Amino acid sequence: MSENQNLPAIELRGVSVAAMRDATFIVVDNVDWLVASGEFWVIGGQEHSGKSDLLMLAAGLMPPVIGSYKLFGNDTKNFGEAELAERLRVGFVFQGGHLFNQMTIAENVALPLQYQKNLVPAEAVREVQALLELMELSPLADVAPSGIAANWRQRAALARALILKPEVLLLDNPLASLGARHRHWWLRFLDELSRGHGQLGGKPMTIAVTADDLRPWQNARRKFALLHEKKFTTLGAWNEVETADHSAVKELLATPVEATM
Amino acid sequence: MKNLFDRAALRFYAAVVRGNLAKAFEMTNTQVLRGAALPKSWTDLLGRKLFLFLLTVQGLGAFALITLGVILNKSGVANNVMRPRIRQEIVRAGLALLPMFFFVALALGFLVVGQTVSALAKVGAIEYLGSTMVIVVVRELGPLLAAMLVLARVGTANVIELGTARAMGEVEALEALGIDPVHYLIVPRVIGMALGIFSLTIYLIIGALASGYLFAFLQDVPMTPGDYFKQIVESLGWLDFALLALKTIAFGFFIAVVTCYHGLAQPLQLEEVSRVAVRAVTQGVIVCVLIDAVFIVLYLVA
Repeated sequence: MSENQNLPAIELRGVSVAAMRDATFIVVDNVDWLVASGEFWVIGGQEHSGKSDLLMLAAGLMPPVIGSYKLFGNDTKNFGEAELAERLRVGFVFQGGHLFNQMTIAENVALPLQYQKNLVPAEAVREVQALLELMELSPLADVAPSGIAANWRQRAALARALILKPEVLLLDNPLASLGARHRHWWLRFLDELSRGHGQLGGKPMTIAVTADDLRPWQNARRKFALLHEKKFTTLGAWNEVETADHSAVKELLATPVEATM
Repeated sequence: MKNLFDRAALRFYAAVVRGNLAKAFEMTNTQVLRGAALPKSWTDLLGRKLFLFLLTVQGLGAFALITLGVILNKSGVANNVMRPRIRQEIVRAGLALLPMFFFVALALGFLVVGQTVSALAKVGAIEYLGSTMVIVVVRELGPLLAAMLVLARVGTANVIELGTARAMGEVEALEALGIDPVHYLIVPRVIGMALGIFSLTIYLIIGALASGYLFAFLQDVPMTPGDYFKQIVESLGWLDFALLALKTIAFGFFIAVVTCYHGLAQPLQLEEVSRVAVRAVTQGVIVCVLIDAVFIVLYLVA
């Protein structure tokens, strides 16, 4: 058992987040956010509110401009090779997937496993096939990302993030532009991951998602936060979201679901 | 411009540089200056051009050093993934270009070597053939022509592929998976291009010298193949072999660095990719000429 087991998975104190595309522009200021192991967080915010940037910072993909960022209790100032093992305990799913277009879906999923464990393709194939089967992606294994619908690309990106069995999973607006059937699958699957999925080790996974519509995420076990006008506000559980008097929260609850593909 | 000197921005830049994240290069980009309004005076314009040049040199230099560091430090990392990628790049920047190089070698031999042999024979200076061929073909034309052809065929593809990957968020995806983008995307291209240009130059030189003799033979130049190749071999010294290897590998390394820098290190939108490809090829040509100039000095000194 790791000695860091009881420490928060992610801890941000007084953090200012820069925009990924313009490092001189602060998108969120003075963030205090503590993600305990096993928690399921939903961060609501409108477009360009800094959701993706905050999530990328939480994953260790960029440093805070100011403030303290701890990953599994380690104060992370640099993001070099020494911290790689810690970073690999965090899986990240980009909005839209960001799959590698030169590879097939199976190769996309296999790449992190092969690279991090130095495996030849044949050594990774069993694990990859099992995960593709679990995600209903087997029929698309040999297809390039450009040849499949956005719904399935997003799911392939989830498979790629899960192949290294992370303890924390961060997902950037995973339900955006998904059809109703796929949205339902995602909500059910993420809930299973949060409780501990039998085929993925059974250990409850710490999850944080961003969303521009809070309604699909209604669940008493989840914690909610709001990003609005450069401020990060912890809202609490779903009943507190429903009763919140904040106009931005009301907007996120009333936002129509995006058109399905 | 104030952003370039903003203290918080500099601290942020230092952190991402320490972390070797691809984002570090964005901060050294020259887009702030390129996107700025036209200056009011000629001196301002000159200053801006100079500053752009210095920023480009700084960015390219930093990128070259980081690439070299990654090649040395990660030589044994993920071999089962990296070896096939390096093989693929050697094929792309070497083997796949062989047919084109045989044609160019033939053309070079007919156009340059054959005419030179014929002209030397006419003025009775055939004894200078060996040294002339070594200077013209082995030291200069062969390596430079090989580098230009690889830059045109593979360098532009590098910019477009990496620029598109960058614009599509694939670089961030690699970082999220704990894969160093410089190691995964750049190192195979650098090694492939260095070895590709080195090998292709050898084939180009041999092909040009052989086809050159064939052209001279057809013009009834009184010289046997044995005499022709003997003169060339006698004019070649160990320094020619060593500097030829160094020069071609330097061409490959720097062409790959310049094209990859423009493809990967700048935050691109899809519509900017073609414009950046043109800029990368221009800078690639300039870098090759500068390297060539350095080697001319080395030859003269030696």
